[in-house]
Amino acid sequence: MTVLLSTDGLRMRFGGVVAVDGVTLAVNEGELRCLIGPNGAGKSTFFKCLTGQYKPTGGRIFWRGRDITALDPFAVARLGVGIKTQVPSLFDGLTAMEGVVLAVRRLHGEAEARRRAVRALERLEVGDLGNRRIGLLAHGQRQLVELAMVVAPEPDLIILDEPTAGMSAEETGRAADLIRELNREHAIVVVEHDMQFIRTIAHTVTVFHQGRVLMEDSAEIVFKDPRVRDVYLGKAVA
Amino acid sequence: MVGFRTGLQIGVALMAAVLAAVLLPRYLELFTLINATVFVSMGVLALSLGLIWGFGGILCFGQTAFFGLGGYTYAVASINFGDTTWAIPLALALPTAVAAALGYLMFYGRISDVYMGVITLTTTLILFKFANSTAGDQWKIGSSPLGGFNGIPGTPPLNVPFDPGTQLAPDQIFVIAVLCLGLCYAAAKLILRTRFGRVSVAIKENELRAELLGYDVRLHKMALFAVGGFMAGLGGILFANCVFVSPTMFSLSYAGQVIIWVLVGGIGTLAGPVIGCILIQTLTTYAGTLSMIDPNLLLGALFMLAVVAVPKGLLPTATNLLAKLARRGDES
Repeated sequence: MTVLLSTDGLRMRFGGVVAVDGVTLAVNEGELRCLIGPNGAGKSTFFKCLTGQYKPTGGRIFWRGRDITALDPFAVARLGVGIKTQVPSLFDGLTAMEGVVLAVRRLHGEAEARRRAVRALERLEVGDLGNRRIGLLAHGQRQLVELAMVVAPEPDLIILDEPTAGMSAEETGRAADLIRELNREHAIVVVEHDMQFIRTIAHTVTVFHQGRVLMEDSAEIVFKDPRVRDVYLGKAVA
Repeated sequence: MVGFRTGLQIGVALMAAVLAAVLLPRYLELFTLINATVFVSMGVLALSLGLIWGFGGILCFGQTAFFGLGGYTYAVASINFGDTTWAIPLALALPTAVAAALGYLMFYGRISDVYMGVITLTTTLILFKFANSTAGDQWKIGSSPLGGFNGIPGTPPLNVPFDPGTQLAPDQIFVIAVLCLGLCYAAAKLILRTRFGRVSVAIKENELRAELLGYDVRLHKMALFAVGGFMAGLGGILFANCVFVSPTMFSLSYAGQVIIWVLVGGIGTLAGPVIGCILIQTLTTYAGTLSMIDPNLLLGALFMLAVVAVPKGLLPTATNLLAKLARRGDES
């Protein structure tokens, strides 16, 4: 199986604090990988390193074997990486349609971009919101419109940072179905701390703790491991 | 493809420019016409800031730097060449290049908005100081003295291309200025319809999202800033044609006024800043001729009044009001 994205000893230090401490990880083509860990485990910092928002202070990031450690976020996106941030990051003054068209306009002409935008909005079941201004949408709708923007260019890999943040139980259930559905065509990395949500979607789970990888295995094994429970309960782990 | 609305707006603006160009020289006295040309040249400057600030989110506090550079380059080059034909492209290229270079340093340096305001203001003030200190014979570029505080009084007016003997009269320069303003408006409207323009607006809305979609935000901002520099430079050339170039073009008072024109006229619109500029300049100039009230005091009072009464600016407020009236008319 081809390795899509990998890191080798990735390290991110902020002054005296080491937020990510030598993380080595590989995500294969078509994989659905969950990165979990309690608050402060270093997941979001790791996410920002992967997406070029932070320049790591050590280690390397590879995309299909090519070193992309120093790339800016736009260059990472151009490789075929769709990125969704924890707090929906959208163009509030534009309509949902305009926003999604822009997401594909870099790759396609106007007419094709519109076609793909319509398809992406419909795929996420928000086709009826196309003409609505993004800034006026409800939180759950905003999450879906952002996801439509991420999916529309048909990236090889989608990285989602806490996709269920602020969602109701019903919306979370829908999000899980959606992620499974998207995984049929895209490799996905989900950064999340909601164990319940992970339980419903997970294949392989990587557990972060204090900036390091505590363990990496199938969901079943990870959830049975007492160390993972301890980490979430705030107990010290050897 | 240009939408119906954009096409209509461009059509109306160009029509207004042509009408003004045909009618005003017939009815206005020479002095008033020259004043009107000054306002139009300032309108181009206002439009340049309206474009980059209102649609690109770039608050340039020193748009006058490019205005002044355009004017000075035009004056110096036309005196040296003895012909204004090649002075014009040069006077457009220099402010554009300086804007691109300054934009490169600011945007690639990831300077935040507040500091960008400070840097651009400082740039125009440095140019102001420099231009002020160029008195004396030692400050010459070729055969053109820079003139220090007095500027370059002998700025030649435009001549017929490649025919320096045939200089244009003030009414002809007015016509050119008005048409330039109309064309700049049309160009800005069209730019905003292109992918580049739409990405610029998206960057203003959310820089991170635009970047995560694969757009090089820094390059886009630099390019838009350079377009603004080009337009402001054009304003400077027109200004040099009806007044003369002097350090005032770079001054703090001019730099501040441009911001006021845009805010009063309506940020996020293109016609608003031009309307704001012409309205405010007409009022303050009129107040100046009456000698009853200090024009700067009036300018400050107008600005405060506008911020309180029409916080969105004149044009958006008027448009909203008209839309409301139309809706009420439909309902009744």
